[in-house]
Amino acid sequence: MPQLLLELFSEEIPARMQAQAAKDLERLAREKLAAEGLLPEALTAFAGPRRLTLVAEGLAAAQAERHEERKGPRVGSPDQAIEGFLRSTGLTRDQLIERDGLYFAHIHKAGRPTPEIVAEMVEAIVRNFPWPKSMVSGVSKLRWVRPLQRILCVFDGEVVPFEIDGHVAGNLTEGHRFMGTGQAFHVRNFDDYADGLAKNFVVIDPQERRERIMDAARTLCFARNFELVEDEGLLDEVSGLAEWPTPVMGDMDPAFLDLPPEVIRTSMRVHQRFFAVRDPATGFLVPHFITVANIEATDGGATIATGNARVLAARLADARFFWTEDQKVRLEDRLAKLKGVTFHAKLGTMYERVERIVALAGELAPYVRDDEGTKTKAMLAARLCKADLGTGMVDEFPELQGIMGSYYADKEGQEPEIVDAIRWHYKPQGPSDDVPVQAVAATVALADKLDTLIGFFAIDEKPTGSRDPFALRRAALGVIRILLSTRTRLPLKSFASDDLIAFFADRLKVLIREQGQRHDLVDAVFALGDDDIVRIVSKVNALEAFLATEDGKNLLAGYKRAVNILKAEEKKGPLLTGEPNDSAAGEEGALTNAVGHMEVEVGKALAKEDYAAAMTALAELRAPVDAFFDKVLVNSDIASERENRLKLLMKVRDAMGRVADFGQITG
Amino acid sequence: MSDKPLSFQDLILKLHDYWSRQGCVILQAYDVEVGAGTLNPATVLRALGPKPWKVAYVQPSRRPADGRYGENPNRLRQHHQYQVVLKPNPANLQELYLGSLEAIGIDPKVHDIRFVEDDWENPTVGAWGLGWEVWCDGMEITQYTYFQQVGGLDVFPVAGELTIGLERLSLYLQNVDSVYDLRYNDEFTYGEVFLANEQQFSAFELEVADVDVFKRHFEDMERQVPIILGRHGRKGEQLVLPAYDHVLKASHMFNIMDARGAIAVAERQSYIGRIRDLCKQCAEIYVAQQGGNAQSPTAAERAETYKKQAEF
Repeated sequence: MPQLLLELFSEEIPARMQAQAAKDLERLAREKLAAEGLLPEALTAFAGPRRLTLVAEGLAAAQAERHEERKGPRVGSPDQAIEGFLRSTGLTRDQLIERDGLYFAHIHKAGRPTPEIVAEMVEAIVRNFPWPKSMVSGVSKLRWVRPLQRILCVFDGEVVPFEIDGHVAGNLTEGHRFMGTGQAFHVRNFDDYADGLAKNFVVIDPQERRERIMDAARTLCFARNFELVEDEGLLDEVSGLAEWPTPVMGDMDPAFLDLPPEVIRTSMRVHQRFFAVRDPATGFLVPHFITVANIEATDGGATIATGNARVLAARLADARFFWTEDQKVRLEDRLAKLKGVTFHAKLGTMYERVERIVALAGELAPYVRDDEGTKTKAMLAARLCKADLGTGMVDEFPELQGIMGSYYADKEGQEPEIVDAIRWHYKPQGPSDDVPVQAVAATVALADKLDTLIGFFAIDEKPTGSRDPFALRRAALGVIRILLSTRTRLPLKSFASDDLIAFFADRLKVLIREQGQRHDLVDAVFALGDDDIVRIVSKVNALEAFLATEDGKNLLAGYKRAVNILKAEEKKGPLLTGEPNDSAAGEEGALTNAVGHMEVEVGKALAKEDYAAAMTALAELRAPVDAFFDKVLVNSDIASERENRLKLLMKVRDAMGRVADFGQITG
Repeated sequence: MSDKPLSFQDLILKLHDYWSRQGCVILQAYDVEVGAGTLNPATVLRALGPKPWKVAYVQPSRRPADGRYGENPNRLRQHHQYQVVLKPNPANLQELYLGSLEAIGIDPKVHDIRFVEDDWENPTVGAWGLGWEVWCDGMEITQYTYFQQVGGLDVFPVAGELTIGLERLSLYLQNVDSVYDLRYNDEFTYGEVFLANEQQFSAFELEVADVDVFKRHFEDMERQVPIILGRHGRKGEQLVLPAYDHVLKASHMFNIMDARGAIAVAERQSYIGRIRDLCKQCAEIYVAQQGGNAQSPTAAERAETYKKQAEF
């Protein structure tokens, strides 16, 4: 079956937009082909610095012929109505079919040739491509991410004829800007295309470009017994910056190694898109870097290596300037400067924020570790934790906030716990980031995040949908993870408003779900009004284990049955409350005893926070509950019996409810 | 690269020669202080309206806040930008640009030339465009932009703009570390030509300039713009070119006040907004004079474009 090949050749596409562009191209082509009844056997799109490529394998040469029967007017209708029907179907009167007193038209639609459909599809895609930012150029009103240079569109070996704003589709493409022959060449199909481009130094598949970079970079490192410092984000970017990515190793003046490694790596990555290189034995950086060039230079890359080394030297000289200048002012003396930095128009200056974090750290410390040293150190660390925001280095590299503060604090001779707390207090920054566990650092990290959450909830800047400009979800998840990692028993209600508590519950649910656990149990436990995350998670875990057992499942079913009966009865009128009669006989008596016993045992277990024991106590209720429903009719004709049995069910419900709100648990 | 790299002066001459051969008008620098080659009316105004334009020039660009008294090897209060504008941009502008690099001795088979996304904007003149910074062996040597808006107005046809920081490129070509050691030509160094300038103007702009005077000048210039725009020449045309000079002067006054540390963070946006407004007034009148359509798309039209994309 025929193949479709499309290439949209343009000036350099921003690296960060390429992956999404390939996805969009594939999606749009799939949708538009499907809408015309054309289903390719395979559809693939690639994006690179200068081209988007689409290849559809196994596409029919034309749409299938389509038959349609259309119902018309009644036989004997006025001529006008019949004429209208004939016009709309394009048939003549003798071609109509009579059935059940009605006219029917049988319409045969010949399938359109695929190239015709492809031409329309490409035009629609090109004119409406969802680039994050697009532009016009020259005298053309056609919007593209950067000027579109050429369109190649070949179906079954033949050019698909169409034109979009002066771009006539053809079968020409061209290779690498500098290494290729400089001549455009003809292609008939994808193999031709891929071969021709490979010979002209273009790797069209981004995955292949990544592999090419990693292989060559690792080889360069291995040859000198170094190790590449891997960086996925950087790899993504550099693989979008070169059609023929070619790693080159360059040298760095070893004198710069006295700068913090984070500074060197950040300068390399942010300014130069270099990979750093380290000694595999010590893990320390070595004075080299890897840049990913777009050419295999005729001098073997020597000029590229020295040129890049010079630029890096200038960058690191700037960094060294900041490093020495910054150390001339103590962090403490930088605080006043924060008075001039707005944190948020409604939440005051950064200085005011620091004061709040200090106060919070003082309040939180006893929960994390109850000793005077932790409190004092946490409050001092909190005071200094934002002081690096005014330093030259953090102005230059905002991503080094906290890290620079900790280096400067260390140079000033602050205690190691304070130094660490400054470094760690922004963490965890995401679901897979490390959590500060040391008491002082955990305290400051909690204070930092709680201040953010309390503040933005107070001014009603809560996240909505996908909008979370202040990263409050991340902050709340951070609080939860720190509390859990440090087993800190924090009464959240003393710090958070009701809506913030509900927000924590939501975040906890997400966390639990991501761990593959049942998130409905979070609601069941939260419904009891508990605000201690550690206790809530222990309960959820015990509950989940219990509900996985036969006893658990059956007891839950029994609970639901009891609640349903109570609900139905409540509709008829208010139920009498009170203790059920403890002298009832048979299954009713057995259940009464069992509930009484269970209540005592559950109470003891809960007091000890032994939730496994609480579940064991619950489990003992299963047999009596099952037997009760099996043998006893709740809705007895005798009013006193009925009342007592309803009281008994209420007692079962309420006693179980001390462990969790089982009504919130699904199935 | 040949054995002996180009002097600063020869670099300019080579570029002039190259762009002259592409049909550019080789213009002398504009004689009103500007912070960047773009602000020269030969770029900012000529980018507006329907008429074609091709120009290349060197523009001394004043950035008072960057003054370092001649003590920093690569930071200057005045540097030189080589500016090329082709309107409409030809379809082969990238090739022409790469040709200019070869003309100054940068061989793209030896040097790693890359186009790295960098969208340019200048809020003081309400201008933005999409393009790249061009890297040569990891160093940014050119800002390459397709203008999309100037003075808040959509531009069409589109001008392509190339801006090259001459000192930086020259440092690279001559392989020296301090700008003052650059060979200006075979007889003089860059330092011999410009060091005294850097020293004295740094002191003036960072310490001496009288903020009150400059503030007053700023306000004078600001008031003059609409007055001048309200007057007509002998052909009945509004005096947009002299008015725009006053916008440039206001912008320079602002830069000096800024270098003196006299602009509070909160005031900054408001000053920039005031200059932008002046620039917009000039832009609209300039476009009308050129026989163009000075209308920017309305909010509704913009919304329609976005909606169309979103629906798709």
